[in-house]
Amino acid sequence: MSLFSLFGALEIGLIFSLVALGVFISFRLLRFPDLTVDGSFPLGGAVGAMCIVSGMDPFLATVCATLAGAAAGVLTALLNVHLKIMDLLASILMMIALYSINLRIMGKPNIPLIMEPTVFSVLQPEWLVDYIGRPLILIVVVVLAKFGLDAYFSTQQGLAIRATGSNPRMARSQGVNTGAMIILGMAISNGLVGLAGALYAQTQGGADISMGIGTIVIGLAAVIVGESILPSRKLFMLTLAVVLGAIVYRFFIALALNSDFIGLKAQDLNLVTALLVTVALVIPLLKQRYARRKRV
Amino acid sequence: MLKATDLKITFNPCTPIETRALQGLSLEIPTGQFVTVIGTNGAGKSTFLNAVSGDLAVDSGSILIDDSEVTRLPVWQRAAKVARVFQDPMAGTCEDLTIEENMALAQCRGSKRGLSWAVKASQRDHYREHLAKLGLGLENRLTDRIGLLSGGQRQAVSLLMAALQPSRILLLDEHTAALDPRTADFVLKLTQRIVAEKQLTTMMVTHSMRQALDVGDRTVMLHQGQVVLDVSGEQRKGMHVKDLLNMFEQVRGEEISDDALLLS
Repeated sequence: MSLFSLFGALEIGLIFSLVALGVFISFRLLRFPDLTVDGSFPLGGAVGAMCIVSGMDPFLATVCATLAGAAAGVLTALLNVHLKIMDLLASILMMIALYSINLRIMGKPNIPLIMEPTVFSVLQPEWLVDYIGRPLILIVVVVLAKFGLDAYFSTQQGLAIRATGSNPRMARSQGVNTGAMIILGMAISNGLVGLAGALYAQTQGGADISMGIGTIVIGLAAVIVGESILPSRKLFMLTLAVVLGAIVYRFFIALALNSDFIGLKAQDLNLVTALLVTVALVIPLLKQRYARRKRV
Repeated sequence: MLKATDLKITFNPCTPIETRALQGLSLEIPTGQFVTVIGTNGAGKSTFLNAVSGDLAVDSGSILIDDSEVTRLPVWQRAAKVARVFQDPMAGTCEDLTIEENMALAQCRGSKRGLSWAVKASQRDHYREHLAKLGLGLENRLTDRIGLLSGGQRQAVSLLMAALQPSRILLLDEHTAALDPRTADFVLKLTQRIVAEKQLTTMMVTHSMRQALDVGDRTVMLHQGQVVLDVSGEQRKGMHVKDLLNMFEQVRGEEISDDALLLS
């Protein structure tokens, strides 16, 4: 594997660690199986790209994309909390609705950003090659997001969100407005995914209507891989595991697709993903069996 | 003070399994009183308690806590006034959170939850003090997940949590029923101590007639969704389970056939 593809994998891994953090909030903290991310990721890309193309400052455009993602999360949560639609179904409805909305926003299936300013082109010093500069900038973003979430979920409000996911009946009896907490948590989750979408569009040279396909699988894969390489119950370790999981996952994918001797090609990406997640899911089981045998 | 007037709740109305759980139940508990509620299976004890907490909506009737109407308020809005300990030790605490985080959740009951740290250093000492009084050694395990604790330990922490913030009424829903006899005794003694210390207005649902008479200031018996017996003061002192049963037979003209109630 070349240095170039190594940094490429790191770059995409870092972007998807934002997605993974979002998925971690919905699936693990709130226990809300949320497929909205397949729509809010390209939504972030679409909004970010459109804003940049229309001449907006790329930073402001990225903020807009984040807010758009958060709004999508709020809508999914509203469907569930107020209209009592089952969580998974509410998110599927939102996901397919967003496909049309994203096409409407972009007006066409893709928006190129090759010649436009991006947060990366603005921040990057001239002496640094862009395939090293981009991951460096992303590391800062991901570290900020990770520690920001750690701090937030240690506040009174953050704790209320965690209690809502863990034991909603108890949370209510302690005066937590669980409906509001689900809405808030889903906003944060999808806001992160929207941010990731906007950054992805800016690193990949444009937004595309199909860029969201399988986002949820990659996000979940990262969470599961992370949990199996760094098992812990502490929030600080959990968010760290999720970030590492996303990066490790991308490295494995890059490794599998770049090594000629295995003979895998780009079209095998989804198969590799499925295999990798299966392995990550089975490892804890094998560990358990091995430990039991050793004891006997 | 709690004032429940003419509460009615019917489950599965207009179906073959229609159950009229509460049929015009009225009860008034003055401030500072400790009431034990007893009744056979299906008498409406838990339904009544859930109606007061807000977990169940009543079909008709009204619930007043300290002269303010709470009949239509959701659980979380009543929480400032109502503290509760569940029957299931797993239900009253958050398994995934640490002991101190669970206590911090209870510390905020009735106030707005903002962006300040949930567990502050000053509170930690406060929690440790409370836990030390339990004598279970939990004061050294503040950062342990509460899921690691036994049912009895969790129930004891639930009680502490319920008393952490002032409430207008404390609801105890057969909170010793799922524990082994020794632990149940410990939790019951703890209950009496906390209620006396903080002079809490308390309603305790129990399945044991003995317990109902031994604990608290007043015993109320429910039957078919209504209050059938209400004893307190001199009449209640020195009263035995048998006396209670005789009274019940006199009032209702029927015998109690619930073994669990008689044997415990």
